[in-house]
Order: sequence, then C-alpha cells, then structure tokens
Amino acid sequence: MSNDTITDMNYFEIQHALDRVLLTVSKPGRYAGGEYNQVVKDWSQIQTRVALAFPDIYDLGMSNLGMMTLYKSVNDQNDLLAERVYSPWIDMEEVMRRENIPLYSLETKHALTDFDLIGISLPYEQLYSNVLNLLSLAHMPLLAKDRDEKFPLVIAGGHACYNPEPMTDFIDAFLIGEGEEAIVDVARCVGEWKAQGKVGGKTELLSRVAQLEGFYVPSFYKVDYNSDGTIQKVTPTHADAPLTVLKRIVPVMPPPVTRFIVPSIDIVHNRAPIEIMRGCTRGCRFCHAGMVTRPVRERSVEEIVQAVGEMIRSTGFEEVSLLSLSSSDYGEISTLVKAIGERYAGKNLSVSLPSLRIESFSVDLMDQLKDTKRNGFTLAPEAATERMRRIINKFVPTEQVLETAREIYSRGWHTIKLYFMIGHPSETLEDVQAIADLCKAVRAEGKKIMGHRAQVNAGVSTFVPKPHTPFQWSPVADVETSKQKQALLKSQLRGLKLNWNNPFETQLEAWFSRGDRRLGKVLLEAHYRGAKFDAWHDHFSYETWREAFAAADLDIAFYNYRQRSETEIFAWDHIDAAVKKKFMLQDWQWSQNEKTRVDCRDQCFACGILPKFSQLRQNTPAEAWECPTVTPKELRGQLLVSNTVSLEAIA
Amino acid sequence: MRLRLTFTKTDSLKYIGHLDLHRTLERTLRRAGLPLAYSQGFNPQPKMNLAEALPLGITSECEVMDVWLETHIDLEQAKKDLDRATPPGMQILSLNEVDERLPPLQTQVVAAEYRVTVSGGVTVDLASRARELLSQDSIMRERRGKHYDLRPLIESLSVEENILVMKLSARDGATGRPDEVLKALGVEGEQVHRSNLFFVP
Repeated sequence: MSNDTITDMNYFEIQHALDRVLLTVSKPGRYAGGEYNQVVKDWSQIQTRVALAFPDIYDLGMSNLGMMTLYKSVNDQNDLLAERVYSPWIDMEEVMRRENIPLYSLETKHALTDFDLIGISLPYEQLYSNVLNLLSLAHMPLLAKDRDEKFPLVIAGGHACYNPEPMTDFIDAFLIGEGEEAIVDVARCVGEWKAQGKVGGKTELLSRVAQLEGFYVPSFYKVDYNSDGTIQKVTPTHADAPLTVLKRIVPVMPPPVTRFIVPSIDIVHNRAPIEIMRGCTRGCRFCHAGMVTRPVRERSVEEIVQAVGEMIRSTGFEEVSLLSLSSSDYGEISTLVKAIGERYAGKNLSVSLPSLRIESFSVDLMDQLKDTKRNGFTLAPEAATERMRRIINKFVPTEQVLETAREIYSRGWHTIKLYFMIGHPSETLEDVQAIADLCKAVRAEGKKIMGHRAQVNAGVSTFVPKPHTPFQWSPVADVETSKQKQALLKSQLRGLKLNWNNPFETQLEAWFSRGDRRLGKVLLEAHYRGAKFDAWHDHFSYETWREAFAAADLDIAFYNYRQRSETEIFAWDHIDAAVKKKFMLQDWQWSQNEKTRVDCRDQCFACGILPKFSQLRQNTPAEAWECPTVTPKELRGQLLVSNTVSLEAIA
Repeated sequence: MRLRLTFTKTDSLKYIGHLDLHRTLERTLRRAGLPLAYSQGFNPQPKMNLAEALPLGITSECEVMDVWLETHIDLEQAKKDLDRATPPGMQILSLNEVDERLPPLQTQVVAAEYRVTVSGGVTVDLASRARELLSQDSIMRERRGKHYDLRPLIESLSVEENILVMKLSARDGATGRPDEVLKALGVEGEQVHRSNLFFVP
C-alpha cells in the first residue's frame, strides 16, 4: 500500500507550519477553520473522503450556497466525509509556496492529495485560472492525463460546467446539473473502487464514473474540427461514454441547509440563504440560469418558514435571504412573505428578497418584510426600449417601471438600483441612450416625491452570450463598441452613480462561455504567465491573456466576434441541458422578429424538459413541478385532465 | 439585566481580531436565544462591552464581557444554552448578574497577565534577561512611528518553569503589549496566553 498514495506534509505537519506562519498574513482567520457548525468527522473511521473546493478566497467561497449544499449532502452520509478548501489570497500563497505547505482542508488540515475525491465548484468562468493555481498549490499535476490513480479524482460542477470544454484538460470528470444526489453517487463509486484495491487503475474508475447519471468524462470523447475552426463532430471513444450527457436533476428539492457554517471573520455575504424555488419560467433569452435550471420546482411555504426558524437558531446570523431567480413568481409569495414577516422580520433580523418583478406588488412584499433600513430597492429592467425588451423577451413597459419607482419612493426608499445590460444582439446607440433616459426619468419621479434625497444607481453590465440559451448564436460586442456605449452612458448620467464592467474582463468570460477544448492550451499558457484571480479587477490582466492566446496560436475573434451559423455544431452540443437546441433556435429566430413568449406557467412551449425527464415527471407529484404533468401512453384517452400534455405534442 | 461573562479564546479563534470576536459573540448570544437588549436608533446593535481587546494570535482564558438583556433570565439555563452555542475555542467559564449601575467594563481594567512559551525555551537564560530588563529605568521603544517608554508598563516579569510570566499595565492610554516585551527581551514567543485580567478593586 505504500506506493498507493502521494506523500506530502501530513496534517500534523501542516497544522504546525500554519501555527508558525498564519500571523504573518492578512486575515489569518480565512485559513484556520474551526468555525461554528463545521463538520469534523473521524478521519481514520471514514473510508471515502471528499474535498469540496471553491477556487476563490474564503470570503467569497463561504457565501456560496452550492458549496454548503454539497457539504451537507456528503456529510449527511455516515460512510463519507466532506471538508472545505478555498484559494489562498496572494500573501498566503507566497507563504505556502515558500514553506512548501500544500493546499489543505480547513477542517482537519489534510493535504488535498490525502483525499479520494476533489469536487471543484465552477459557477463562473473567471475562476478557471484559479483552478489551475489550486491544483498547483495542491502539489498535483495540472493535466488530468498526468494524474494516475495515486491522485484523488478531480471533478467539477456548477453552472459554468454546462460548457465544460475549456476545462477538459484539467478535470477528470464533470458533473452536469444538480449535485445533491450526484456527489454522493460519485463519492461512493470512488470509494468502492478504492476498496477493491483501485482495480483497473484510473481508466476503470473513469469508465465507472462515465456510467453515472449526469457525469461527463471528457477524455472519453474525441473532437474533430472543420478547416474553418468550427467543430465537425464529437465522438465517444469509450464504450461506457454516452453520446450525449443529460444533466442530472433532483425531482424534488431536498431539505434545505439550515446549519450553515458561521464564519468567525467578516465575509462577503453575512447571511443565511435559502433557495425558495429553483428554475424560472420567464424565458429571458440572455439568461443562462433561466434555461439550465428548468424545470421549476418550489419549496413549500411550511418548509421554508420552518427552515428559516432553524437557520436563525442554528447560526445566529443577522440576515436571512430568500433566494430564487424570480421571487415574484413563487406561487405562494404573498403567504410566504406574510408568514416570514410576522414571525421573524423585525429590528434584529433582516430578510432579503432579491429578484422581484417590476410592479407595485413587489413594494408591498418588501413592506411586509419590514425593511426598516430602506437602503435601496433593486429593479432589473435589463433594457430600456420596447424593441429591445421584445428581443430579449423581458417585456416591461416603461410606464410600469415609472409607476413602480413612484411607489418605491413614496414608501420611503431613497435609492433605486436599476440594472441594465448593454451589448444585446442588434443593439443600437438609441437603445443605449434610452437607458440613460430611463434612469433620469426614474430619478425625476423620485425628486417629485422626496426632492434631492431621491437617488438612482445604475448598474450596466455587458451581455455575454451563454451556451444553452437562445442567444448562443450571437456575437459578443467588441471592446471598442462597449467602450463607446459606456462613454455615452457616462456622459449622459453625470451626477448619478453608475457601475459598469471592464469590457476586457467581459471578453474573458465570453471566450470561455462558448469556448472549446483547444482553450485548455490558452489556460495553461496564462497560468504559466501568472494568471489568477481574474474575477478581481486589480488582478485581471488582458495582456496576459492576449499573450496566452498568441502562444496557443488561437484567435480571440474566432471565439467572440463571429456570427455563428444556425447549423454550427457547438462545443457543448453533447452536453444536454434538456432544453432542445431546436427550441432555442426557434427562440433566437423569434427574437430577431421581436416576437415574445409568455411565461411558460401560462403555456407550455415544449422546450424539451418533459420528454427528457418524462419518467421522472410521472413519478413526481403534479404540484412539485411547474411543468404540466405527462400522461403515460397507456392511460391516454381514458383520462381527460386539464393542464396535461401528451408526450408527442411536446416532443 | 446586565450579565457578566468570562470566557476563553483559544484554538482557531486566536486568529480573529477584536471586531470579528465582537460579531462572533453576538451570534453566539443569539444562537443561545438570550433576549438581547438593542441600542436605539437607525442601526440597532446589541448592547455589549468587551473588557480589553486581545491582540491577534494570543490565546486567553480570561476574556470578560458585559451584555444587557431585555428580561431576567435563569442563569443556569442560560449557561446550558450558551454551552451549545459557543464555537470551538470559546468556553464560557462564568456567568453572573452584575449591578446595572457599575461603570463600563473597559474603564475598569488596570492590568493583564500573560504567560509566554518562548521559542528555543530552555536554551535561553530567560530569568537573567528578565532581571536585566527590569533593572532599567526606561525602555524606549517605537511602535507605529510613536516613541514611548515600555518600562513603566511592565508591572512584573518572572519565569516559572520556563514560562515567562508578565503583568502589564492595561489602563486607557497605557497598555503594554506582550510582543513588545518579548522584543525588548530579544526572544520570540511561541505561544502567548492571557491568563488574567485585573480590575479596579
């Protein structure tokens, strides 16, 4: 067995080294672990050990609900343990490299190489360079092919993994979709293989993982390219690799996390979050989350109310946040808000309810939550002309925005935060001008009500076309165009607080959003040139990435600026998010004709969820999903149930 | 009701600063379900006072805090609730009701005692170095650009079984820091521990 594992500092040596160095770095509390509610299991008694890694610093990673959800999923199992890992900040990284301290888990200070499975959270593309740095800090080879069975299996999951291709050189397997059950499956799979003496080596393990629902093993696929650089075909090269990998979902949302780890230091979000609903029925065409998190599933009011009580008791947090992609659409939102408001909200606990629709009713909801501080009220019109709102399928008339603004100011909020995007397909300077006009119009309403105290903060981000959305065919606005539009807004909105994205940073997000596996070379080249913390403005260097592209002999324009043809095979086509490409193409075409779709709670548009998950739908209670129920074939004709669709009708 | 708590700050908690400790205590008290009294105003805060800030990296068995409650509670039950609610590294050592009219806790601290395990331990002749330091009339030092005399801040300095024990003044504007004493002695502390706080009699 001596040759079976990698030998690095043991946990005792790491703890000892930390005691020597931690007082020399900023915020040492980030690296110490030992917080209230952390789960420490007896290492020697558990056979299969999982490290859950978030590739950014503790302050950000600790606020991530996905990490806590998986931490609970794994630690709820008696035969498994999960511990946390975050990226060290620059100063701590220097110390670790100097002292040869490997990246370690916070709970027991074991080196990452002591674990059997490393699960990396990848919610957004700006973290990719940090993943490479994380592997390097863990004293592991960066390339998956250079890691044999002595190393832990490295998997990744999260929203960015719906196009995993740019990261395929580094990650052994990707979990596509929801992780609550899948993480347990893969951990047991690894555990069983380990118990069998790692039979068949890493290839055997990967072939087993490839057979698990929702897992994608990239080394089992071959990509061929056309002479113009686009993809010709993606072919499985291993008998156990499916043609397409269908995302994993949980039919019903499992019990929510309530025993959050309570950080002992100040972090980004000091609050206990609860997901009240997963998915969204609105169908905004730019929205990645809205497409990939279907079907819509809600938690019951009772479950949420009870969970909030438990969260308060078990964390002592001063804020609870009710999360979803569109809180106003939660079926029983009035009942929920009333119950939470009456029971818990008050001067000593604030309840936040983000993602509200632009309508007066939202102001009623916030009122019931006793938001006494009235700091700011956020609205996200995203676009300011009616034409553009039809194109993106988020249609809110300007008058409705103003009416809502009047309501907000007249009930005592001083500041309205307005979120917009520039760079939508076919956007003109007129559409951008309209954003400035709308901001000014909202402030003018405020001034009528409360005079100069009325404020508007505008957040204007740049649109990035995302895979698995109707806008996946669209080019990205180039840096010059974005700068021109931002300049227009800056000149028009003097005296108003305006936030915008660095257009160069947007390019990075865009390359990787719709990139292919050739970008692995770019990532590696950028890593060698010191790229990390690309999500941090001070650390992002466009020049580094430009050099990396040149070194990898790849063209930035190819990934971002070309109009993709409707027949193009995308790098992520073999990853099945369950919404059909045909549906998205139709939506893309509708968009060009300014044709909108209504909320799919009102009408099923057969996006593809039901045929893909028909069995799951049939086995799940009708009220658990917002999608209509599916009539099994043999019963059809005998039953006449409203709001039921036949599979043929939607297939 | 005004409560006085004595507690430890050890393990990972030694890496959190004064403000973070404040917040950690706040959450601990809330988890324990104590009926905290809040300040008035726009941004209500629980009414609580810590006796004396503990420098980062130092462990302690004598941290003291006062907290105000809205109602009277049963102390025995509160102790049990707190024991469930404290994070690792924090142990509640005592819990008493004190007179509401007592002056603020932080104005009552006069001195603190630290026990230091010195790196290199036995090889250094600690006792003679300590005696030599104490024999000086003044020990001029500079901290954050300010010159000051450390000598009057040292109330006592001795060695007990290779542990350096120092009692330093902890009055407002006259607070001795153990790391400064260690530097003056030319030694490095491997483990610095606050073992006692002294109050106005």
